[in-house]
Amino acid sequence: MNNEQWPLYEIFIRAKSGLSHRHVGSLHASDADMALDHARDLYTRRGEGVSIWAVESRTIIASDPAESSALFEPAADKIYRHPTFYEVPDGVENL
Amino acid sequence: MTDPNSVLFDYLLRLGDNALVTGQRLGELVGHGPELEEELAVANFALDYIGQARMIFELAGKVEGKGRDQDDLAFLRDGMDFRNVLLVEQPNGDFASLIVRQFLFESFYALQLERLMESSETELAAIAAKAAKEIEYHLRHGRQWLCRLGDGTEESHRRTQSAVDALWRYTGELFVADDIDKSAADAGIGPNPETLHKAWIDSASSALAEATLTIPENEWMAGGGKQGRHSEHLGFLLAEMQFLQRAYPGATW
Repeated sequence: MNNEQWPLYEIFIRAKSGLSHRHVGSLHASDADMALDHARDLYTRRGEGVSIWAVESRTIIASDPAESSALFEPAADKIYRHPTFYEVPDGVENL
Repeated sequence: MTDPNSVLFDYLLRLGDNALVTGQRLGELVGHGPELEEELAVANFALDYIGQARMIFELAGKVEGKGRDQDDLAFLRDGMDFRNVLLVEQPNGDFASLIVRQFLFESFYALQLERLMESSETELAAIAAKAAKEIEYHLRHGRQWLCRLGDGTEESHRRTQSAVDALWRYTGELFVADDIDKSAADAGIGPNPETLHKAWIDSASSALAEATLTIPENEWMAGGGKQGRHSEHLGFLLAEMQFLQRAYPGATW
């Protein structure tokens, strides 16, 4: 066996219908089928979900931390952009 | 062979020993897997098998009615009292050899479990239903690897083909029915293994062909595991597995 590592995959699990897939971790696999199998062995053995997405990590386009101010610092004076004027009714989950 | 309870007990031992010995073999890979993820997968499979063995032995102990529990049956029997088929006790060897052994056994075991789900013994049928789900996944994993290795590089093909050549002779025993198998089939406990052969050879040949592997021709078939005549490998496996209970009887966590 050579010492090259298998490609890295990012794994996303949908916990139940209606929720979005959430990132749970990453793993190595030689191909897409193996990535799904490994995801099953690592992340869904305790009934954690109803769906698995596996995405090869190198296909993810990530933002540059150096640009964080341009991307993330909100305009503090535009308070209408923040949904803080609503009250969340009791019993609403996952919001 | 006329006592229905003793037929059922012997039949359960065969099932339980297949599961226990397979579980122990797969557990040997912990710390030695080719990749971390693969090692976890194989360790999961080992735990599935140990879980199946526990349920089957618990039932067997009850059927026997002599107060033996699952630990007694697993740890306090000698090699000649084990009733697993020779195939499952064969050493892991390289990864190709482990994959081929698991594939050959599990493609049979899956068929057996499917029929055991209709067993007249309702507890056994329930165990089979749970195990069938686990084995279905093992088989999916194993078939993928068989194809990757068989139809992979020249080296992986060579190793996988030589594993098929070395292990094929242990597949005959899976489908030979002796008195216990026949009595169990008559009582509706489990299928006559002869009736599983056609489905098995069809699925095994198509998977092997897909993996560009060939079945050895005119192969002599080994047998005897189900009757307690084992290869030398079982003794070493049991020595490791049973050491603690033999050296420190009754030791618990």
